[in-house]
Amino acid sequence: MLDWNLLSIITFFPLLGALFILVIPQNDKEVSKRNSRSVALWTSLITFVISLILLFNFDSSSSSYQFLERVVIADGLMTYQMGVDGISILFIVLTTFLMPFCILASWESVKDRVESFMIAFLVLETLIIGTFCALDIVLFYLFFESVLIPMFIIIGVWGGERKVYSAFKFFLYTLLGSVLMLAAMIFIYTSTGSTDLIVISETLDLSNSSQYFLWLAFFCSFAVKLPMWPVHTWLPDAHVEAPTSGSVILAAILLKMGGYGFLRFSLPLFPEASHYFAPFVFALSVIAIIYTSLVAYVQEDIKKLIAYSSVAHMGFVTLGIFTFTAQGIEGAIYQMLSHGLISAALFICVGVIYDRLHTRKIADYGGLVSIMPNFAIFFMIFTMANVALPGTSGFIGEFLTVIAAFSVSKPVAIFAAIGVILSAMYGLSLYKNVVFGKITNETIELLGDLTIREKLILFPLAALIIFFGLFPAPILGVISVSSNSLVSFLDIPSISLTEAK
Amino acid sequence: MALFLLVFLPLFSSIIVGFFGKRVNISLVHIFSCSLIVIPFFIASYFLNRSLGGDFNIVLPLATWLSSGDLLVQWSLKLDMLSSVMLVVVTLVSSLVHIYSIGYMRHDPHQNRFFAYLSFFTFSMLILVTSNNFLQLFFGWEGVGLASYLLIGFWFKKKSANSAAIKAFIVNRVGDFGFLIGIAILFVSTKSLDFDVVFSMTKELSSSSISLFYWNFNTLDVACFFLFMGAMGKSAQLFLHTWLPDAMEGPTPVSALIHAATMVTAGVFLIARCSPLFEESENILSLITIVGASTAFFAATVGLVQNDIKRIVAYSTCSQLGYMFVALGSGAYQIAIFHLFTHAFFKALLFLGSGSVIHAVSDEQDIRKMGDLYRLIPFTWITMLIGTLALTGFPFMSGYFSKDGIIESAFVSHTSGHLYAFYLLIFSALLTSFYSWRLIFLTFHGKSKVSKDVLSKVHESPKVMMIPLMILSFCSIFSGYIFVDYFMSHDFEFLWKSAIYLSSDNHIIEEIHNVPLWVKYSPLVMMILGFVVSFLFYIVFPFAPGQVSKTFNPLYKFLLNKWYFDEAYEFIFVRNIKKFGKFLSLTGDKKVIDGLGPDGISFRVLAIAKQVGRLQTGYVYHYAFAMLFGLTIFLSYFFIKG
Repeated sequence: MLDWNLLSIITFFPLLGALFILVIPQNDKEVSKRNSRSVALWTSLITFVISLILLFNFDSSSSSYQFLERVVIADGLMTYQMGVDGISILFIVLTTFLMPFCILASWESVKDRVESFMIAFLVLETLIIGTFCALDIVLFYLFFESVLIPMFIIIGVWGGERKVYSAFKFFLYTLLGSVLMLAAMIFIYTSTGSTDLIVISETLDLSNSSQYFLWLAFFCSFAVKLPMWPVHTWLPDAHVEAPTSGSVILAAILLKMGGYGFLRFSLPLFPEASHYFAPFVFALSVIAIIYTSLVAYVQEDIKKLIAYSSVAHMGFVTLGIFTFTAQGIEGAIYQMLSHGLISAALFICVGVIYDRLHTRKIADYGGLVSIMPNFAIFFMIFTMANVALPGTSGFIGEFLTVIAAFSVSKPVAIFAAIGVILSAMYGLSLYKNVVFGKITNETIELLGDLTIREKLILFPLAALIIFFGLFPAPILGVISVSSNSLVSFLDIPSISLTEAK
Repeated sequence: MALFLLVFLPLFSSIIVGFFGKRVNISLVHIFSCSLIVIPFFIASYFLNRSLGGDFNIVLPLATWLSSGDLLVQWSLKLDMLSSVMLVVVTLVSSLVHIYSIGYMRHDPHQNRFFAYLSFFTFSMLILVTSNNFLQLFFGWEGVGLASYLLIGFWFKKKSANSAAIKAFIVNRVGDFGFLIGIAILFVSTKSLDFDVVFSMTKELSSSSISLFYWNFNTLDVACFFLFMGAMGKSAQLFLHTWLPDAMEGPTPVSALIHAATMVTAGVFLIARCSPLFEESENILSLITIVGASTAFFAATVGLVQNDIKRIVAYSTCSQLGYMFVALGSGAYQIAIFHLFTHAFFKALLFLGSGSVIHAVSDEQDIRKMGDLYRLIPFTWITMLIGTLALTGFPFMSGYFSKDGIIESAFVSHTSGHLYAFYLLIFSALLTSFYSWRLIFLTFHGKSKVSKDVLSKVHESPKVMMIPLMILSFCSIFSGYIFVDYFMSHDFEFLWKSAIYLSSDNHIIEEIHNVPLWVKYSPLVMMILGFVVSFLFYIVFPFAPGQVSKTFNPLYKFLLNKWYFDEAYEFIFVRNIKKFGKFLSLTGDKKVIDGLGPDGISFRVLAIAKQVGRLQTGYVYHYAFAMLFGLTIFLSYFFIKG
């Protein structure tokens, strides 16, 4: 294993790039725009390469934290402790992988204040990676909450018309969650005398009732982030107002911080409470899957439709996590990673046509296939992946979570599987209305097909979505040991059902 | 290796044609994609020949697909008697349809896309029939569904084609939902998805029970029920059939390949493949028998009054699929496969023949606007006649053997409901004969109702379309006679042992050879009767049909509107789902959640500031909030109990 502090390097390298953009001389506007774009792109590419080095040096046969770094900052109150395991490492790789695409996707669509935009993105990358690496609750809290700041700025400065409203809504929701989570963290600190997650998970010994309260406090924060029904309504608004690359990061990565939070904190720290509240989570997940799919079906705005479908797909994630089975947890992680690719691809597709027509209304489109055949192919692949067609990565996650749910509770699985029908309904009707049919909007006739830059973005995403649908082993291999150790830790006899035998 | 090539050559062809087809001459695309389907056909014939030589069963493992916890699924190819038969059907019909399409799609600007889809479909179908586990079967199952969706909507500018494509996909998804649950039940109970392992645990499954929504069921019955639900969707059985007639919006070669010969028979294949499970689940076998017979009858009645040439053939397909399901339900799995085999040929022939007719009369599909065409397109006329004779069961044509076999096995079967099926099938045979001859008479005989400028352009189709028709005609005549012994003889042990499981008290193949004479001859009588009535109606007394439809107007309307299934579904599901979605979106999300959450809080702050102190949420939203809240509590409680 490498000795040097790889996690710190990968976390703070984007920040370095951001600083570098700051010092670029701004004499010539055009030149400085171009420079800042390429600095951002190269920084994110190098970060991606470092994350690959990290991945290759990762020992997937061990369930313990690796690449550990530890610096005591304030004695007892906060340690700078970083480390990854099979659950978190792929989220880091997903983040670093998607960042260059985000920067490429905003290459031409962002024209104002390019430097600040790129800085915001690189800072965002640092904070996200930090969230997935942090193994100290205070450090985690700092990263987790400050992710919002650059996200706010991205929506607020480069967003659409109702950006203030949606930023406000986002704020209200997260405020509730984070205040409660902070209170819970203070409680944990006072009862264990440490903020080090590894120490806490060994020493934390709580009565059932205090576990329940702490679990709920963390739950509020993560449920808003994921988002779960009924605290999901900030997401469609935020997506609608965010620029394309903002939507990509929001859907592909920020949402996953909620699911990651459940896996990293709620389950290992409060196992009894997790079991106790599992039926409640199932209920919310199933409602999310059915409710938001139906809502997605009647949306008139492309981005809103995809945002609601994200909520439905996250329903499978919470469902899988709270089955406490190997397939459930692996399926949930797989679903998150795969949704990271699929939702990113879908939002980039929306960006592609939005850049051309400047409207998100479904009714303004139609007949794109004859003008943009290449776009139609890519959009078809991503739609099918969103519908969870076997052979795409979307299927693996949903299938695993459904069979896991079935082994725990049959009604839950049956209700969740109804999502299979509903996702086809909204997915295909969106595709039909945008791509097929006669051209009704005359300006469509003038549009050009995908540019090389756009193809460069979409092709790798499509290839990975199909590859990981056919051969999920590389991903599952990294996840399995860590998730299995989590499963065996959670295995409380009273819960495991024997009826299935 | 040969097996690998057999399955993957079409995929290769699809990818190459799909991505590079535009850059080369279109005839190169034709030659390339046709030859990459014809080669697999020859390989498949070789395998079938081997299978006919004796019990044959190989599995070729390829790679690991999915491994998670105790779940392990492999990519692999399985070959036995059952899959050999399917391979030949798929590759033969697909080859002929590819060749036929060269002529039929000659003027279409998107031919390369069309051929890429066709080849992709063929690949998915081959994966489906050679799979060795449920998940790979599901992969092929969804793959053919996707290809069908793309091909139905191939003419993307037609609104009706787009709606039909979506309808096909979604109705199929309803079946897939069941299939998925069935797979989940089998996995949870047996910890495996491989056919061999699952089938070896049939005893354990049938002796255990499963509780669903507080009810206890036999695990095997439930698993079979859900698998059958999947089969119903794909094979367009009653209640999930509505997509098939609409699917005729696609190009005719697609209807011949996908919606007659291969994809729609996937449900029949699934149940035959799972015979070890179904054979031990008597309740579900009865259900299959009853659903199959009802479908056969329903579709035949609707077929009586349709006027679109392709829709008549489509309803006929639906009806014949019902026959196959009755055979499955009766425990005569090989006979179902036999009918699948012969039906593939004569139904593809009828579809491609219809395509040739449509081609000849400038894309007219309404048979009321045809007539007297036999003089002008004699060759097409002859092939359609052969197809009709085979379908109606004219002695010694292919349909005669397989269809009579089904009717006889319905008679001797021991599943409950078998006599219901028997009588319905006999009656449906009469209807089948009637509507088939009606199609022939209205299209080719009687007075010509073709408009003058169309009439001047009527022409026989080019050779490239005629040769596939000739080959299919040959198969429609002889495939029954040649293969009847392999499917219905006493050599079961020798040929089918590893592919199909029969319980020890299932002697149906022996018993059908000893049915009473009246049972043996009744299909023949019905066929002749149907022909005579049709002849009287459409040749001797051409005014009679109008009179009859006037006299029995309500019944006529009922049939013409396909028993009002589409209207009922529209009324019950489609509209309400939209309404419910709107309700959730506007009231649930905007008014209740946002109203009480972020907006409500800001409103409250504002209100307090203005010293108003009134909350204007209104009773409806309080009520709706209480409802959502209650739902959450209720479901939580429900899942605890489980």
